[in-house]
Amino acid sequence: MTTDARLTGTPKGAIRAPARPSALRLGVSRAKLELKAFFRERDALIFAFFFPIIMLAIFSVVFGREGIGPDAEIDFTQYFLPGMIAAGIMLVSFQTLAITIAIERDDGTLKRLLGTPMPPVAYFLGKIGLVLVTSIAQTALLLAYAALMYGVDLPTEPARWLTFGWVFLLGAAAGTVLGIAFSSVPKSARSAPAVVTTPMLILQFISGVFFVFNDLPTWLQQIASIFPLKWLAQGMRSVFLPREFEQLEVSGSWQHGLTAVILAVWLILGLIMCIRTFRWQRRDAG
Amino acid sequence: MTTTELAIEVQDLHKRYGDTHAVDGVDLAVARGEVFALLGPNGAGKTTTVEILEGFRHRDAGEISVLGTDPGKPTGQWRSRIGIVLQTTGGHDELTVEELVRHFAGYYPDVRDPDEVIRAVGLDEKRRTRSRHLSGGQRRRLDVALGILGRPELLFLDEPTTGFDPEARHEFWELIDGLAHGGTTIILTTHYLDEAEHLADRVGVIAAGRILAVDTPERLGGRAESEATVSWQEDGERRHVVTGEPTAAVQQLAARFRGEIPGLAITRPSLEEIYLRLIGEYEAADRTEQP
Repeated sequence: MTTDARLTGTPKGAIRAPARPSALRLGVSRAKLELKAFFRERDALIFAFFFPIIMLAIFSVVFGREGIGPDAEIDFTQYFLPGMIAAGIMLVSFQTLAITIAIERDDGTLKRLLGTPMPPVAYFLGKIGLVLVTSIAQTALLLAYAALMYGVDLPTEPARWLTFGWVFLLGAAAGTVLGIAFSSVPKSARSAPAVVTTPMLILQFISGVFFVFNDLPTWLQQIASIFPLKWLAQGMRSVFLPREFEQLEVSGSWQHGLTAVILAVWLILGLIMCIRTFRWQRRDAG
Repeated sequence: MTTTELAIEVQDLHKRYGDTHAVDGVDLAVARGEVFALLGPNGAGKTTTVEILEGFRHRDAGEISVLGTDPGKPTGQWRSRIGIVLQTTGGHDELTVEELVRHFAGYYPDVRDPDEVIRAVGLDEKRRTRSRHLSGGQRRRLDVALGILGRPELLFLDEPTTGFDPEARHEFWELIDGLAHGGTTIILTTHYLDEAEHLADRVGVIAAGRILAVDTPERLGGRAESEATVSWQEDGERRHVVTGEPTAAVQQLAARFRGEIPGLAITRPSLEEIYLRLIGEYEAADRTEQP
């Protein structure tokens, strides 16, 4: 704190103030900052970003080139790839946001931001940008890894990639708003990782990410069908598995219409919960 | 804009948490360009009052104007004229000093040069250090840097120098003196009485949600009128008289010693003594009221 730094300029007048920076520009600037912080945080990197790739690698070691399907025409690695993509989307959207926002609320980051002229929407744009970039990068890595390491054939029909597009976007959007909403559940930063990862892990087990969904007991299938991950995984299977696998689904169909409806309902529910419950300060603040 | 205009005006402010009356009828007027220190024991209502003024908490009753705006309805435009250094520090652990200062600079319509601000708070050598690796005092300087970036007309400092070593504290005082000199209105809460005495034009003492006294540090609680203690060295021991006329006492001593008085010192009660007396009197009165 040297005196020679000239900080003694007169404060600006109250009457003529220059225009404030736009919310969109600040949203982009926040997204860049969020990405920098994300890729420097080892926990988030391992348990959200690289987790599906690590799991896929373990699965291919465990199951080897064992075949699955009516004529055992694809191996387990290819079969579990769509589930890993779906889980990855939920991890970088729901899990990452729920944990980091709970921590940011507890350590005062949100309060500090609230005390600046930053438009609140810029903060959320930053989070959306973070989820978009990390989920696209993660999916691309997963696909590249599966194609190069295990020779998994990626679909070529444009219709399948169109399905991929809307399932991906709806799933990521629902995961984002639900993550923001769920960040209010942990009571402190300390408890946030456990409170968030436990239900997330259970959902992965019952939603057809780690097991063949068909093999689960019916009541577990019904519970899983309430939550978005099951539909996200099913939608991804419809993109990456051969046509014959449709008959292996519980309903005998990819259920695209129902998938879109359920993901959209979660998206809207999540939005409403965000608007009603989001707080910039810890709950002990009046 | 005239200097007589008020930056902050508070009338009969109340805030309850359950049965606790955290703020119990506070009145306050702070002029533009003034440095005002709010002193009081922990739990006295300092932070609650300041956070209501900052637009972080809602009040139960009272009229407030901060830079002409009701902080209960904060706008972005109003926020861009205010700088806040919160009592708690933390967050943004993985980002460096420079990244954070440059990023936060983007929020304000009229900003100071980020490099200049980093230099001014003494973090030039730490600019590429992630905030998780900063010491407590360095983190606090980063908080101050983010608080003054937007050339605030009004700056809130909530216990800004907690965890500073004496040298860092003096450097911080110089920085704040510079801002005050430039016309920034400053609201300071602190536990350090020497800090309040050095920085503040006026101090307010708050206890149990009420303002006990407001005055300049020199005059607070009748400090200027209190009796002085004249002390000196005589016959190998320290002697002293307490008197309302220290000049006369010194003249008598000078006559007795025929010139230089050994070890002469004239002291009036320190701000700390006055503060502790005010708080002590209040607590004693409070005890007799509610036995």
